Amino acid sequence: MSYNKPLPAIDQWNKPFWDACKEHRLIAQRCDASGKVWLPPGPISPVTRTDKWSWVDLSGKGQVSSWVVMHQRYFPGFADDLPYNIVQVTLDEGPTIIANMVDLKDRDIKVGMRVKVVFDDVTDTISLPKFAREGAGA
Amino acid sequence: MPDWSMRDKACIVGVGTTEYGSFPETDAYGLGAQALNAALDDAGLTCADIDGLIVNRIAYERFSQLTNINPQYMLATEMHGRFSAVSLMLAAQALATGAANVVALVYGNNGKSSRMQYGGGDSLWAPWGLTSPGASHAMMFREHMAAFGTTSEDLAHIAVAFRKHAALNPSAVMRKPITVEEHQASRFICEPLRLLDYCLINDGGVAWIMTTPERAKDLRKKPVYVSGYARQDDFSQASIPTPGYWYPSLQTVAGKVYDRAGIGRDAIDGLMIYDNFTPTVLFALEGMGFCKQGEGGAFVRDGTLELGRGRWPTNTSGGHLSESYMQGWALLAEAAKQLRGECGDRQIPDCRTIQYICATNVSSSIILRN
Repeated sequence: MSYNKPLPAIDQWNKPFWDACKEHRLIAQRCDASGKVWLPPGPISPVTRTDKWSWVDLSGKGQVSSWVVMHQRYFPGFADDLPYNIVQVTLDEGPTIIANMVDLKDRDIKVGMRVKVVFDDVTDTISLPKFAREGAGA
Repeated sequence: MPDWSMRDKACIVGVGTTEYGSFPETDAYGLGAQALNAALDDAGLTCADIDGLIVNRIAYERFSQLTNINPQYMLATEMHGRFSAVSLMLAAQALATGAANVVALVYGNNGKSSRMQYGGGDSLWAPWGLTSPGASHAMMFREHMAAFGTTSEDLAHIAVAFRKHAALNPSAVMRKPITVEEHQASRFICEPLRLLDYCLINDGGVAWIMTTPERAKDLRKKPVYVSGYARQDDFSQASIPTPGYWYPSLQTVAGKVYDRAGIGRDAIDGLMIYDNFTPTVLFALEGMGFCKQGEGGAFVRDGTLELGRGRWPTNTSGGHLSESYMQGWALLAEAAKQLRGECGDRQIPDCRTIQYICATNVSSSIILRN
């Protein structure tokens, strides 16, 4: 059966991010002057407001800053997964992103839990970053 | 000489609301027009008196054509509920500066009959299944739970209080009282939030007429003065559910709004708090300093927000949780009615001052007095 969940909207700024995900690498933009790292990708550094930034590899490690369990059916593609977890992860380099936890039942997730990125190859071109417990061998 | 030049420079002199429910026979324009007519009648004014118009959730060209209002001041504000307070502040500024003399503010929403979906569309985090404002608030509330030990049951006390008020309000959509146990038994929508933590999407319209204190003197109703207002935006983390409950922004607002109004927190008689979801009430109370940060859960227990019982009667109409989700517009209309003593069974005794608070990326507060 074909993948029927929503897919990311690719634009000129986030294309390198998604290309890297395809290679199972997590990257982000870093401000050349200040070292600040941010996501989602955009045209300018939020610190200098210039295009003086570079892509950098991230460790893929971070900690859960919040999480929820979705019970309501909003997307047909997620209907069979209900209820499913969504985690908010603050990466060690600074940015906070949203994803799913792949190796824990929903209520075993804890705020502050250390996690590491894993990649889910959902289509031929898209690999979604998700998370597993750090050190769990995922 | 007040130290803030906008104090008491504008008044609400008319409010109009429609019924709330499902009205597929009309639309947002019809509902807005109905509310506008009611507000004009309330003020004793006609369309010919209006020289300023601010519309929300309806297009200004179409609405102006329909009503034949050709003002010297016009704005259409964004559809987020945060813009109800922003609209009021902009009207107050237009009146204070002479940009307009009589401003009509009109909100029309047919979200129920048009099956407006707050969730499920394309968005940044849709690939992981995060969608809907409720889910964002669930994420924020989980953080509060982890940081301070707040519980779902704490939220129940908010829902129960507002439903008690709704039972006294003939316009409220949900009037059957609920208990803490019923809240706790209601199904999860996005855990930790339950069905009874969510506002009620309905069709409806709300309009306010605002003018200067001079013009207000010979109008039909006692003017409600816009004594002070303050706003602080924070979009620094706008792409995710905002960490930190907007506490810094709300603290900034709290540091200004009472001084600007010349009315201290202890002189406030009642509150109107933007309650799209129950956690925003906690965030608003903590951010505005009604209790310490993290103590909101304990604060709202024991009827603190209940009319006739607690010190801070809040959302006497039932609010978004039980009257109808009119995105702050109906809450501000309720504030005006309270200050005119028109609320009947749900009237706050000897009500002189009301504070409106909205906790969001555009955090704001308005203090109104009679």
